[in-house]
Amino acid sequence: MSERLTRFFASRWGVILAGAVIGILASLLQAAGNPPNMGICVACFERDIAGALGLHRAAVVQYVRPEIIGFMLGALVAALVFREFKARAGSAPIVRFFLGVFAMIGALAFLGCPWRALLRLAGGDLNAIIGLGGLTLGVAIGVQFLKSGYNLGRSRTTYPAVGWIMPAFMAGLLFLLLFNVKTGESGALFFSEAGPGAMRAAIWISLGAGLLIGFLAQRTRFCTMGSIRDVILMNDTHLVSGVGALLAAAFVTNLALGQVRFGVFGQPVAHSQHLWNFLGMGLAGLAFALAGGCPGRQLFLAGEGDGDAGVFVLGMITGAALAHNFMLAGKPDNVETGLLGGIGPYGMVAVLLGLIVCLVIGFTMREKYS
Amino acid sequence: MAKQVDARGFSCPQPVIMARQAIQAGEFPIDILVETVTSRENVKRAAENLGCQVTVEEMGNEFKLTLSK
Repeated sequence: MSERLTRFFASRWGVILAGAVIGILASLLQAAGNPPNMGICVACFERDIAGALGLHRAAVVQYVRPEIIGFMLGALVAALVFREFKARAGSAPIVRFFLGVFAMIGALAFLGCPWRALLRLAGGDLNAIIGLGGLTLGVAIGVQFLKSGYNLGRSRTTYPAVGWIMPAFMAGLLFLLLFNVKTGESGALFFSEAGPGAMRAAIWISLGAGLLIGFLAQRTRFCTMGSIRDVILMNDTHLVSGVGALLAAAFVTNLALGQVRFGVFGQPVAHSQHLWNFLGMGLAGLAFALAGGCPGRQLFLAGEGDGDAGVFVLGMITGAALAHNFMLAGKPDNVETGLLGGIGPYGMVAVLLGLIVCLVIGFTMREKYS
Repeated sequence: MAKQVDARGFSCPQPVIMARQAIQAGEFPIDILVETVTSRENVKRAAENLGCQVTVEEMGNEFKLTLSK
């Protein structure tokens, strides 16, 4: 039975099911209170967690998002049930940390991870096409490095406790959230009272959706970066069929819920500064390709015991804090004043710096396989 | 004696890239060692797409995939 289920989830229909469930749940989460075109966004939600812990001071994006906790714990449950939980670590964690930092800086220049880019498109935000173009270019550059021998070295099987650290961290966050911990008037946790951080579905709805998605995604290896990489690297359309299902399912659900509004300027929590949408997602795509997974996939891997993926997640949370503290993140278009949003000069420098760092990593960490 | 490819400890896509390089070299059979179920499924799918027959043997915490044509 278990082996038959494993085979189904590993099939094309398995990954299509996972993509469709993510798309539908994301649209429903938006209807249930999450921010517009942001039913799910791994980068944004990790940024909100960084804010809730007080790692950054952007008061409008602070909340312990239960979806993120659910993703990792759902993947943990799936890995335990199917006996795939395996603690492993030691594949260049310091490199993965900084790839996480710059992936987040790139994603926040665009205002979203690849999942949100798809969800923005499914809500009619045409800027997402430019973002997805940048993502594809970034991944394509990463594929060239992979073809020329880039890798971060082998990981090693290690003590089971190592694999439990990130799930335990998420369980700790859940504890803080459920007991609404507030350590003082100006102490953590910090929750937004206005802005996207204040828009949230009920905890149990968010957590339940996260757990289901985490479970399915762990079984099917759903990965947006991997979908593009596999097409470019070996003409393999397995994962991309799941990504297509996500987009289609979210679009249809959005249509049914009246959540589609086509346009470019003034889309929700988005800006139309095209060059930096493109380069921001290009940076993110390259960093994901070098690290071996999109932000969602890194959470699922961390849930099945991959300590290196956990380090990438911590890098992303740190990157979110840096992005907001140094004013690197994109500002949405302002519909009332008609002012174009986007990133400022520091953000531009950070994105370019990130691209340089990723290129250096790609060029200097190559070996010939024997 | 089968050609050995040790992809243990690598996460995808490296095991798949290593398998493809071995397949393109054209010496069969090829034994590929991987550690995770993900790598097992990915290498199996990639090898079958390239026209190989794949048998899988579970060895403790590892898998040995034997590719033949």
